[in-house]
Amino acid sequence: MTRRQRRFSLIGAALGVLALAIGLVLSALKESIVFFNSPTELVEKHIKPGTRMRIGGLVKEGSISRGEGLAVHFEVTDGTRSVPVGYQGLLPDLFREGQGVVVEGALDSDGIFRADNVLAKHDERYMPKAVADALKKQGHWKDDYERKLGAAPARRAE
Amino acid sequence: MIAEFGHYALVLAFALALVQASVPLAGARKNDPVLMAVAGPTALAQFCFIAFAFAALIICYVRSDFSVLNVFENSHSAKPLVYKLTGVWGNHEGSMLLWVFILSIFGALVALFGANLPARLKANVLAVQSSIAAAFLLFILITSNPFLRIPEAPFEGRDLNPVLQDPGLAIHPPLLYVGYVGLSISFSFAIAALIDGRIDAAWARWVRPWTLLAWIFLTLGIAMGSYWAYYTLGWGGWWFWDPVENASLVPWLAATALLHSALVMEKRDALKVWTILLALLAFSFSLIGTFLVRSGVLTSVHAFANDPTRGVFILGILALFIGGSLALFALRAPMLKQGGLFAPVSREGALVLNNLFLVSACATVFIGTVYPLALEALTGDKISVGAPFFNATFAPLFIPLLVVVPFGPLLAWKRGDLLGVAQRLVGAAAVAVIAVAVVFAMEGGGPILVPFAIGLALYVMAGALTEIVERTGLLRVSLATAFARAKGLPRSAWGAAFAHFGLGITLLGVIGETQWSLERIAELRPGQSISIRRYDLQFDGMATRQGPNYRDLAAHFTVRRHGDFVGVMEPAKRNFPSRATATTQTALMTRGVSQLYLSLGDANPDGSLAVRLYYKPLVLLIWFGALVMAIGGVLSLSDRRLRVGAPKPARSKAALSPAE
Repeated sequence: MTRRQRRFSLIGAALGVLALAIGLVLSALKESIVFFNSPTELVEKHIKPGTRMRIGGLVKEGSISRGEGLAVHFEVTDGTRSVPVGYQGLLPDLFREGQGVVVEGALDSDGIFRADNVLAKHDERYMPKAVADALKKQGHWKDDYERKLGAAPARRAE
Repeated sequence: MIAEFGHYALVLAFALALVQASVPLAGARKNDPVLMAVAGPTALAQFCFIAFAFAALIICYVRSDFSVLNVFENSHSAKPLVYKLTGVWGNHEGSMLLWVFILSIFGALVALFGANLPARLKANVLAVQSSIAAAFLLFILITSNPFLRIPEAPFEGRDLNPVLQDPGLAIHPPLLYVGYVGLSISFSFAIAALIDGRIDAAWARWVRPWTLLAWIFLTLGIAMGSYWAYYTLGWGGWWFWDPVENASLVPWLAATALLHSALVMEKRDALKVWTILLALLAFSFSLIGTFLVRSGVLTSVHAFANDPTRGVFILGILALFIGGSLALFALRAPMLKQGGLFAPVSREGALVLNNLFLVSACATVFIGTVYPLALEALTGDKISVGAPFFNATFAPLFIPLLVVVPFGPLLAWKRGDLLGVAQRLVGAAAVAVIAVAVVFAMEGGGPILVPFAIGLALYVMAGALTEIVERTGLLRVSLATAFARAKGLPRSAWGAAFAHFGLGITLLGVIGETQWSLERIAELRPGQSISIRRYDLQFDGMATRQGPNYRDLAAHFTVRRHGDFVGVMEPAKRNFPSRATATTQTALMTRGVSQLYLSLGDANPDGSLAVRLYYKPLVLLIWFGALVMAIGGVLSLSDRRLRVGAPKPARSKAALSPAE
C-alpha cells in the first residue's frame, strides 16, 4: 500500500464515522426532543393531543386530589391559564401546592395532560429555570423563596 | 480574623500566579535560565497560599463562624462534623476554591517532580498552568469570594442543602475535580509544545501519566456520582443524561481518546497533531463543564448556583483559553513534523478507529447537551434533550467501538495480521455466541438486542483475557512458565487488560439493569406485604428516629425469600427542620451483584404508605466495572516506564544500570 492509499484509507474511515455520527444526531434531533410550554402556550398553540412535551408552572392551590391507588390529579398554572394533569405514581419529595413543577407527558383527547414524569423544584432556593421564565413572562413572578427567608438577617456584604 | 487571612492569601496567590504566568514565559523566549527558574518556587508558593486559604475556609466551617456569609448560607451548628467539612465544597464559592486548590496541587507536583524536564518545557508548562490559576483566582476574588462577612452575625446558619448531606456527595466533587483539573496538565503541556513548536515521543511519555491520573479520578468521580444519584434520588435511575452528568462524561470520553492516541505517539511517534488537539479539547471540555455547572445556565437537579455575572465571567475565561489555544494550534500545528507511517490494519490503525468512535460519541453527547441552550438563546424555544436522544446516538457509536476493543492490544504495531488476530479471538467470540444462545433461550422472546448486548459484553471481557492468555502462553506452555511470564508482563499490559475487562463488566451491569429491572408501586398498610421476583417484603410499621440535625420517619420491612427470613429494610423520609425540606432515604439490600431497592412515597391520611420497590439485577456491576477500570489505570500508572516524570524509556535506564 502506498503512502497515498494509506492516507486515503485513514481519511475515508474518519469521514465514514463522522457521517454516521452526523446522521445519528440529525435523526435523533428530529425524533426525540421534547418542547417545553407554559400552560398559556399550551392552550393558545392548540397543540394536538398525543404530542409529547413538558409543561411547567406552579401547582395550583387546592387542586390536588388523590384517586384510587397512586393516581393523582392536580392543575399546573402560570397564573393566566391552568392545565389539568393526571399522574400515576410516586410524587417527588418537594411536590407541594404553590410550588414550581415540570411535568412531562402528552394531552389526551379529553384535554387532560397525562404525565409520566413529574419533576419538582430541587429546594427552595432553586426554581426550574423554565418555570421561572414562564412565570415572569406571564407577569406572575414572585420571589417566594426570598420572601420565605426574608426573616433571616441576610445582608450581602458586597 | 482567619477569614480575612484566607482572603488575603488568595490575593497573594493571585499576584504570584501573575508573576508565574509571565516571567518564566519571557525567560523561555529569551532562553534566560534565571527567569525560567522562577516558575518552580512560585508554583510551590502559590500552592501554599491557596492551601492556606482553603484551610482557613475549613476552619470557618468547623467553628461554625456564621459571620462568614458562605458558612451562614451552607452550614448549621447541629450538623455532623463530616458534613461541616464537605459543606465547604457543597456550594459555589467553596467548590471554586477547591477547583483552584487542586489546580495549584498539580502545578506544585510538576514543579516538584519535573526536575528532569527540559528547562524550557517546564517553564512554559508552569506558566500556562499558572495563567489558568490566575484567571480562576480572579474569578473567585471578584464574583465568588467565600470569605465575605455579614455585618451582623446571625445566630444560626441556613444549613447545607439536605440532598448534599450524604457520604457519597462528600467525596464525589473532590474526585471529579481532580479529574477535571488534572486534564489542565496535558493542556499546559500541549500549549507549551505549541509555543516551542517542537514535540517528540518524550513529550507523550510525559503527558500520558498525567492524563492517566486525571482519567482514573474522572472514572471514579463519575461512578461515585452515578451511585449517589441512584440511591439518593429515589427512583432507581443511575444515569439521567442530565447536563451536569454529561459535563463530566464528555471530558472522560476525550481523556480516554487522549490516553490511546498518546500511546501511539509515545510508541510510534505518529498522530502528533491529533494528540495535541485532543489534549487541548479534553481540558476545554472540562472548562465548559465547569461553565455549565457553575454559571447556572442549566435547568437540572444539580444547578444550585445561579448568578448571571458569574456566567459571563466564566464565559470570558472559556473564550480566552479555548479560543486562544485553538488559535495557537491553528497557527503552529502545521509546523509540527509528521511522524511514523503505519498500515490501516495495525495497532495504530485500531487506536485511530478507537479515537474516531470515542471522539464522535463525545461530540454527540456534547451536541445533545449544548443544543437546547443554543436553541433557547437563538430562538427562545425551550426543548429538553433526554435519554431517547442519547440512546439513539451514543449507543450506535459505542457498539462498533466495543467490537474493535479486543483487536487493539492483539494487533502488532505498524502492520498487523487481521486474520491471525481474528483466529486468536475465536475463543472470545465463542463465549459471546454461547452467551447469546443461553440468554435467548432463557428470555424466550423479548427484545432481540438483549442477548446480543450480553454477548458483546462477555466478548469484550473474554477479549481482555485473551490478550493476557496470549502473552503469557497459558494453555500452550507449562503453568510455571506462564506464571513467570505473567509476572514479567509490563504493568501497562495488565492495566489495559483490566481497563477493558472493567468496561465489559460495566456494560453487563448496564444491560442487566436496564433490561431486567422490575418495579412495583403500591400502597401498603401495616401487616400487608409486597412481592417482587421471589422476595416478599412485609410492612411492619413506622417509627421515628432523631438524628443530629434531622428526624427520620422510617418504615420497617421484613424481607423473606421463599418464606425464609433474609433481612430487614428501613427506608425513611428524612426531615430537616432547618431548611423545612425532606429527603427520601432509600433502603438497599444487596443480593450478590443485584439489589433490592425500596423508597418511600407519601404517607396517606388513612394510614397507608406509598412505596416504590425495584429489583435491580446486576446493577452493582455498573460501578464495580468502573472500579476495575480505575484499577487498570493505577496498574498502568505504576508501570515504571510510565512513572510520573520518567523522561526516558526504561530500556536506556536499564542499559546504564544493569544491576537494577
